[in-house]
Amino acid sequence: MSAQPAKRITDIGPPHYEKFLPPIIKKNYGKWLYHERIAPGVFVHVAESGDRVWTVRAGSPRLLSVQTLRQIAALADKYSGGHLRFTSRNNVEFLLDNPDNIEPLKRELQEMGFPVGGTNNAISNVVHTQGWVHCHSAATDASGIVKCVMDALYDHFTSESLPAKLRVALACCLNMCGAVHCSDIAILGVHRRPPKIHHDALRKMCEVPTLIASCPTGAIRPATVDGRQSVEVIEAQCMYCGNCYTVCPAMPLNNPDTDGLSIWVGGKVSNARTAPKFSKLAIPFLPNNPPRWPEVVDAVVNIVNVYAANARKYERMGEWIERIGWPRFFELTGIPFTRYHIDDFKHAGLTYARSTHIRM
Amino acid sequence: MAVAEKIDTPLLDELEKGPWPSFVTEIKKARQTSPMCDDLLGQLELSYREKIGHWKHGGIVGVLGYGGGVIGRYSDVPEKFPRVAHFHTMRINQPAGWFYTSDALRTLCDIWERHGSGLTNMHGSTGDIIFLGTRTEELEPCFQELTANGFDLGGSGSSMRTPSACVGPARCEWACYDTLKLCYDLTMTYQDELHRPPFPYKFKIKCAGCPNDCVASIARADLSIIGTWKDDIQQDDDAVAAYAAEGVNIQKDVVDRCPTRCMEWDGAKLTINNRECVRCMHCINVMPKALRPGKERGATILIGAKAPIVQGALLSSVLIPFVPEEELEETVKELINRVWEFWDEHGMNRERIGELIQRVGMANFLDAIGLEPVPEMVSAPRDNPYIFFRTDEEQA
Ligand code: SF4
Ligand code: SF4
Ligand code: SF4
Ligand code: SF4
Repeated sequence: MSAQPAKRITDIGPPHYEKFLPPIIKKNYGKWLYHERIAPGVFVHVAESGDRVWTVRAGSPRLLSVQTLRQIAALADKYSGGHLRFTSRNNVEFLLDNPDNIEPLKRELQEMGFPVGGTNNAISNVVHTQGWVHCHSAATDASGIVKCVMDALYDHFTSESLPAKLRVALACCLNMCGAVHCSDIAILGVHRRPPKIHHDALRKMCEVPTLIASCPTGAIRPATVDGRQSVEVIEAQCMYCGNCYTVCPAMPLNNPDTDGLSIWVGGKVSNARTAPKFSKLAIPFLPNNPPRWPEVVDAVVNIVNVYAANARKYERMGEWIERIGWPRFFELTGIPFTRYHIDDFKHAGLTYARSTHIRM
Repeated sequence: MAVAEKIDTPLLDELEKGPWPSFVTEIKKARQTSPMCDDLLGQLELSYREKIGHWKHGGIVGVLGYGGGVIGRYSDVPEKFPRVAHFHTMRINQPAGWFYTSDALRTLCDIWERHGSGLTNMHGSTGDIIFLGTRTEELEPCFQELTANGFDLGGSGSSMRTPSACVGPARCEWACYDTLKLCYDLTMTYQDELHRPPFPYKFKIKCAGCPNDCVASIARADLSIIGTWKDDIQQDDDAVAAYAAEGVNIQKDVVDRCPTRCMEWDGAKLTINNRECVRCMHCINVMPKALRPGKERGATILIGAKAPIVQGALLSSVLIPFVPEEELEETVKELINRVWEFWDEHGMNRERIGELIQRVGMANFLDAIGLEPVPEMVSAPRDNPYIFFRTDEEQA
């Protein structure tokens, strides 16, 4: 190891972005005037100089093989001067300086199975997490549900026919890698049973004070088990958040019989019109039903359809629900309202109705 | 190198049906060059059958001298799937704005094909390029090839996580500051904090060029830097008239949707009371040819967003209502240093900065980092009378 420390390169950071900008972008950097939509997945930006750059956007499955990445790179060579970029929602974008390339590029993307779309009032790609492909705390798979949901919402990706943007996101546990808690529709994997404590492993692998401190509800307390120091969980106080499991591998929550999914609606991150907001609980629990998760797909499609049929132009999901009120949302979607919809964590009272403003 | 052995995956095969591109197809494609993918498919099929994941919890692995950038992952059924017994993730710091040349992309592919599964995420939730799945002994050689080619690892654990930025001035007329430059500069300034976790927990920074916030900074970043402007919206009356002529219902779709009702439309002329405008972007989004953010540009700095773990989810809240673009980098760095110092001193293990502020109170936090309270920081003043008066002020 010490034979070649001088050669080892560290802390260089990412490549400078300028190296990767297409010439037309470099030339007009910071000097864009406006943009126009051309078709779903295609828009043009016009610069002060009069230059135009056409963007073609395609959805990807996020999990990409190097083989596919090389195909994408070859398309960039052929159509966009060897330049491309990705969006924050796992779409790939080709920036063209020649509009004649739009149609042939679209054709090739579609032949590769990559849908062109995801712009304006479309359902863009789903931001999601790792699931059973790569994570230890997953209550469900991520890529699989996303695939099934996007199969069902495919036409909403390739058209722009909704009242406003609709952002779907999925996280496979409450850690929520990804901004799912502020999405128009969030699909969230949930555990529903307290952690199982493996006392032997716990003694070897976990620090008890850290473990006790990790629980937001104070459900974990020291206990003597078989004459040795360990912990116990006050089950009535556990809401299955998995914090304990994050700090202590000996407290797994995964349970094939009781894990599943919940659906949350009406969040947004943009400041347009109304303030950014959290998604709120629509459906507390749906079963884990691989490989196609029909219950989840149906639930999402139903919410999208009811929103599409009832919201006004430019109304995001949350804005529409605020206008019509939550009782009407539950009525229109046919989703039952249950005791689980009423918050009982910190600041819960803030979500209780505190006026007589009631639609009868 | 290619393996022809048959793996039976009836459940996963169902996910190759339907119009949306399939991740299962991607894993199968990568089998051409990586036998790890056979066992990944096998283990995933098992998860689909049993409805439970088969990855063990964490495990500390990494490259020499770094405390992050690699997520250790081990199979809990290695006897069945030995080729994914180790299946660690490497996070590679993405170029700001996620721009690539095809050559750079192929370089990454070649490196990853030599050292790992050949599976990637473009990109992970925080913004990094994700190299999905390799063995411990491949980490260091892969890292060395990456740095030799100008790439470096991103953050993980209790570090500054890899900052990210929207496309900004590269291709967006609404960028109120140079998001790519700020993101890059911050990334370079804090390489040590990025690679050697020094904090109570993670710290995320996201740069969005305007209040549309395409990088979800207000929901996800401990420090959200969101572009905005101070002067009047730039307005082109002819272009407004053209939108009206094209059929945009200016009254209904623009004026009536303005959150502060600060616009008027008399059928020919749009008048904006810019003093009342809250820079929400709606009217600009609807008529990008007619309306543009003003010329006096900069950013609002907000603090404290996070997902639920540990004490519940938070959105970022306003810390500095407006910083002019010229002063942005310096102001952000100064602020970061003061915030980190306070967090270092008072933060508990796994306490994000937003949670710490909730615990000690925003006013105490402001005192500590030397910021004056301003009304833009709150949606309303307090409505409860439980005020902790300070005795030193009582006497004044
Ligand atoms: S959301 Fe939870 S289970 Fe899913 S990848 Fe993140 S930590 Fe893992
Ligand atoms: S799952 Fe959450 S609530 Fe339950 S014991 Fe663990 S930390 Fe506490
Ligand atoms: S956040 Fe604003 S400036 Fe950045 S890409 Fe989105 S719309 Fe453009
Ligand atoms: S930016 Fe928003 S608040 Fe300002 S005038 Fe336009 S719609 Fe109204």
